[in-house]
Amino acid sequence: MNHYETVFILNPVLSDVQIKETVEKFENFLVSRGAEIVSKEDWGLKKLAYPIQNKKSGFYHLFEFQLEGEHLAAFETEFRRDERVMRFITVKLDKHALAWAVKRRTKLTAKAN
Amino acid sequence: MSETTVIEQQASGRKEGEIRYLTPLNIETSSAKKYCRFKRSGIKYVDYKDPDFLLKFVNEQGKILPRRLTGTSLKYQRKVALAVKRARHLALMPYVTDLLK
Repeated sequence: MNHYETVFILNPVLSDVQIKETVEKFENFLVSRGAEIVSKEDWGLKKLAYPIQNKKSGFYHLFEFQLEGEHLAAFETEFRRDERVMRFITVKLDKHALAWAVKRRTKLTAKAN
Repeated sequence: MSETTVIEQQASGRKEGEIRYLTPLNIETSSAKKYCRFKRSGIKYVDYKDPDFLLKFVNEQGKILPRRLTGTSLKYQRKVALAVKRARHLALMPYVTDLLK
Protein backbone atom coordinates (compact mmCIF):
# COMPACT_ATOMS: atom_id res chain seq x y z
CA MET A 1 0.00 0.00 0.00
CA ASN A 2 1.29 3.42 -0.98
CA HIS A 3 0.16 6.81 0.11
CA TYR A 4 -1.31 9.00 -2.61
CA GLU A 5 -2.99 12.34 -2.84
CA THR A 6 -5.31 13.51 -5.59
CA VAL A 7 -6.53 17.03 -6.26
CA PHE A 8 -9.21 17.45 -8.90
CA ILE A 9 -11.21 20.37 -10.27
CA LEU A 10 -14.90 19.93 -11.05
CA ASN A 11 -16.88 21.95 -13.55
CA PRO A 12 -18.34 25.10 -11.94
CA VAL A 13 -21.70 24.76 -13.74
CA LEU A 14 -22.60 21.66 -11.69
CA SER A 15 -25.18 21.85 -8.92
CA ASP A 16 -24.37 20.98 -5.30
CA VAL A 17 -26.11 17.62 -5.65
CA GLN A 18 -24.15 16.72 -8.77
CA ILE A 19 -20.88 17.63 -7.08
CA LYS A 20 -21.66 15.51 -4.06
CA GLU A 21 -22.60 12.68 -6.39
CA THR A 22 -19.33 12.93 -8.34
CA VAL A 23 -17.15 13.07 -5.25
CA GLU A 24 -19.01 10.08 -3.82
CA LYS A 25 -18.54 8.19 -7.06
CA PHE A 26 -14.74 8.51 -6.87
CA GLU A 27 -14.77 7.72 -3.20
CA ASN A 28 -16.78 4.56 -3.78
CA PHE A 29 -14.43 3.57 -6.58
CA LEU A 30 -11.47 3.88 -4.24
CA VAL A 31 -13.17 1.89 -1.51
CA SER A 32 -14.18 -0.81 -3.99
CA ARG A 33 -10.49 -1.23 -4.90
CA GLY A 34 -9.56 -1.73 -1.27
CA ALA A 35 -8.30 1.77 -0.61
CA GLU A 36 -8.18 3.37 2.78
CA ILE A 37 -9.22 7.01 2.63
CA VAL A 38 -7.12 9.05 5.04
CA SER A 39 -8.75 12.42 4.54
CA LYS A 40 -11.01 14.40 2.26
CA GLU A 41 -10.96 18.13 1.73
CA ASP A 42 -13.37 20.45 -0.01
CA TRP A 43 -11.76 23.74 -1.01
CA GLY A 44 -14.99 25.01 -2.54
CA LEU A 45 -15.35 27.23 -5.58
CA LYS A 46 -12.00 28.80 -6.42
CA LYS A 47 -10.94 31.18 -9.13
CA LEU A 48 -8.59 29.63 -11.69
CA ALA A 49 -5.29 31.30 -12.52
CA TYR A 50 -6.10 30.87 -16.22
CA PRO A 51 -9.25 29.72 -18.05
CA ILE A 52 -9.76 25.97 -18.54
CA GLN A 53 -12.46 24.95 -21.05
CA ASN A 54 -13.51 28.63 -21.10
CA LYS A 55 -14.34 28.48 -17.37
CA LYS A 56 -12.81 30.90 -14.92
CA SER A 57 -13.52 28.98 -11.70
CA GLY A 58 -13.89 25.43 -10.45
CA PHE A 59 -14.68 23.26 -7.43
CA TYR A 60 -11.48 21.93 -5.88
CA HIS A 61 -11.46 18.65 -3.99
CA LEU A 62 -8.65 16.70 -2.39
CA PHE A 63 -8.39 13.03 -1.45
CA GLU A 64 -5.61 11.47 0.56
CA PHE A 65 -5.63 7.70 0.52
CA GLN A 66 -3.69 4.47 0.68
CA LEU A 67 -3.97 2.24 -2.35
CA GLU A 68 -2.14 -0.63 -4.01
CA GLY A 69 -0.18 0.85 -6.91
CA GLU A 70 -1.71 -1.53 -9.49
CA HIS A 71 -5.17 0.06 -9.06
CA LEU A 72 -3.95 3.61 -9.60
CA ALA A 73 -4.08 3.52 -13.41
CA ALA A 74 -7.74 2.43 -13.28
CA PHE A 75 -8.49 5.24 -10.84
CA GLU A 76 -6.94 7.82 -13.15
CA THR A 77 -8.80 6.55 -16.24
CA GLU A 78 -11.96 7.06 -14.24
CA PHE A 79 -11.05 10.75 -13.99
CA ARG A 80 -10.25 11.00 -17.69
CA ARG A 81 -13.59 9.45 -18.65
CA ASP A 82 -15.64 11.79 -16.49
CA GLU A 83 -16.62 14.99 -18.27
CA ARG A 84 -17.36 16.76 -15.02
CA VAL A 85 -13.66 16.72 -14.09
CA MET A 86 -11.67 19.55 -15.67
CA ARG A 87 -8.24 18.78 -14.17
CA PHE A 88 -6.71 16.29 -11.78
CA ILE A 89 -3.31 15.41 -10.40
CA THR A 90 -2.25 12.37 -8.39
CA VAL A 91 0.93 12.55 -6.36
CA LYS A 92 2.66 9.79 -4.43
CA LEU A 93 3.55 10.95 -0.94
CA ASP A 94 7.02 10.22 0.43
CA LYS A 95 7.86 10.38 4.13
CA HIS A 96 8.46 14.14 4.12
CA ALA A 97 5.23 14.77 2.24
CA LEU A 98 3.37 12.57 4.71
CA ALA A 99 4.75 14.48 7.67
CA TRP A 100 3.75 17.72 5.97
CA ALA A 101 0.24 16.40 5.22
CA VAL A 102 -0.31 15.47 8.88
CA LYS A 103 0.93 18.88 10.01
CA ARG A 104 -1.26 20.64 7.48
CA ARG A 105 -4.32 18.68 8.59
CA THR A 106 -3.85 19.47 12.28
CA LYS A 107 -3.41 23.13 11.36
CA LEU A 108 -6.62 23.11 9.32
CA THR A 109 -8.66 21.40 12.02
CA ALA A 110 -7.30 23.83 14.61
CA LYS A 111 -8.41 26.71 12.40
CA ALA A 112 -11.88 25.20 11.93
CA ASN A 113 -12.47 24.81 15.68
CA MET B 1 51.30 73.62 -28.26
CA SER B 2 48.29 72.74 -26.08
CA GLU B 3 47.37 69.84 -28.38
CA THR B 4 50.62 68.09 -27.80
CA THR B 5 50.17 68.25 -24.03
CA VAL B 6 46.78 66.52 -24.28
CA ILE B 7 48.30 63.80 -26.41
CA GLU B 8 51.12 63.42 -23.94
CA GLN B 9 48.64 63.08 -21.09
CA GLN B 10 46.62 60.40 -22.91
CA ALA B 11 49.74 58.46 -23.72
CA SER B 12 50.74 58.36 -20.09
CA GLY B 13 47.23 57.13 -19.16
CA ARG B 14 46.36 60.17 -17.11
CA LYS B 15 43.68 62.77 -17.50
CA GLU B 16 43.33 66.17 -16.02
CA GLY B 17 41.33 66.25 -12.82
CA GLU B 18 41.36 62.46 -12.36
CA ILE B 19 41.54 61.38 -8.74
CA ARG B 20 44.02 58.61 -8.01
CA TYR B 21 44.12 56.60 -4.82
CA LEU B 22 47.14 55.03 -3.23
CA THR B 23 45.04 52.29 -1.56
CA PRO B 24 42.14 50.55 -3.35
CA LEU B 25 38.68 51.68 -2.30
CA ASN B 26 36.67 49.35 -0.09
CA ILE B 27 33.37 49.15 -1.96
CA GLU B 28 30.63 46.86 -0.62
CA THR B 29 29.50 44.83 -3.65
CA SER B 30 27.01 42.44 -2.03
CA SER B 31 25.09 43.08 1.15
CA ALA B 32 23.64 40.11 3.10
CA LYS B 33 24.86 36.67 2.10
CA LYS B 34 22.21 34.58 0.37
CA TYR B 35 21.05 31.42 2.10
CA CYS B 36 18.77 28.48 1.43
CA ARG B 37 15.55 29.17 3.30
CA PHE B 38 14.63 25.47 3.34
CA LYS B 39 17.85 24.42 4.99
CA ARG B 40 17.73 27.25 7.47
CA SER B 41 14.13 26.76 8.58
CA GLY B 42 14.15 22.98 8.23
CA ILE B 43 11.40 22.63 5.61
CA LYS B 44 11.60 19.17 4.07
CA TYR B 45 8.72 19.25 1.61
CA VAL B 46 7.67 21.94 -0.86
CA ASP B 47 3.89 21.92 -1.10
CA TYR B 48 2.35 22.56 -4.52
CA LYS B 49 -1.02 23.29 -2.87
CA ASP B 50 0.26 26.53 -1.36
CA PRO B 51 0.58 29.06 -4.21
CA ASP B 52 1.15 32.00 -1.84
CA PHE B 53 4.40 30.44 -0.64
CA LEU B 54 5.52 29.48 -4.16
CA LEU B 55 5.01 33.09 -5.24
CA LYS B 56 8.35 33.87 -3.56
CA PHE B 57 10.17 31.78 -6.17
CA VAL B 58 8.71 33.28 -9.35
CA ASN B 59 9.07 36.68 -10.94
CA GLU B 60 6.31 39.05 -12.00
CA GLN B 61 5.64 37.10 -15.17
CA GLY B 62 5.31 33.86 -13.22
CA LYS B 63 8.68 32.49 -14.34
CA ILE B 64 10.69 30.39 -11.90
CA LEU B 65 13.61 32.40 -10.53
CA PRO B 66 17.11 30.93 -10.80
CA ARG B 67 18.74 29.86 -7.57
CA ARG B 68 21.54 32.31 -8.15
CA LEU B 69 18.95 34.96 -7.25
CA THR B 70 16.96 33.18 -4.54
CA GLY B 71 19.89 31.38 -2.90
CA THR B 72 18.01 28.08 -2.71
CA SER B 73 20.22 24.98 -2.64
CA LEU B 74 20.13 22.66 -5.65
CA LYS B 75 18.26 19.94 -3.77
CA TYR B 76 15.38 22.25 -2.91
CA GLN B 77 15.45 24.20 -6.17
CA ARG B 78 14.46 20.98 -7.94
CA LYS B 79 11.58 20.53 -5.51
CA VAL B 80 10.50 24.15 -5.89
CA ALA B 81 10.49 23.81 -9.68
CA LEU B 82 8.39 20.63 -9.48
CA ALA B 83 5.95 22.23 -7.04
CA VAL B 84 5.53 25.33 -9.22
CA LYS B 85 4.85 23.16 -12.27
CA ARG B 86 2.25 21.12 -10.39
CA ALA B 87 0.58 24.29 -9.13
CA ARG B 88 0.45 25.60 -12.68
CA HIS B 89 -1.22 22.42 -13.90
CA LEU B 90 -3.93 22.82 -11.25
CA ALA B 91 -4.46 26.49 -12.20
CA LEU B 92 -3.31 27.59 -8.75
CA MET B 93 -0.60 29.60 -10.48
CA PRO B 94 -0.51 31.07 -13.98
CA TYR B 95 1.76 29.75 -16.74
CA VAL B 96 2.19 33.22 -18.23
CA THR B 97 1.03 36.55 -16.90
CA ASP B 98 1.92 40.16 -16.26
CA LEU B 99 2.04 42.01 -12.99
CA LEU B 100 1.70 39.01 -10.72
CA LYS B 101 2.96 40.95 -7.73
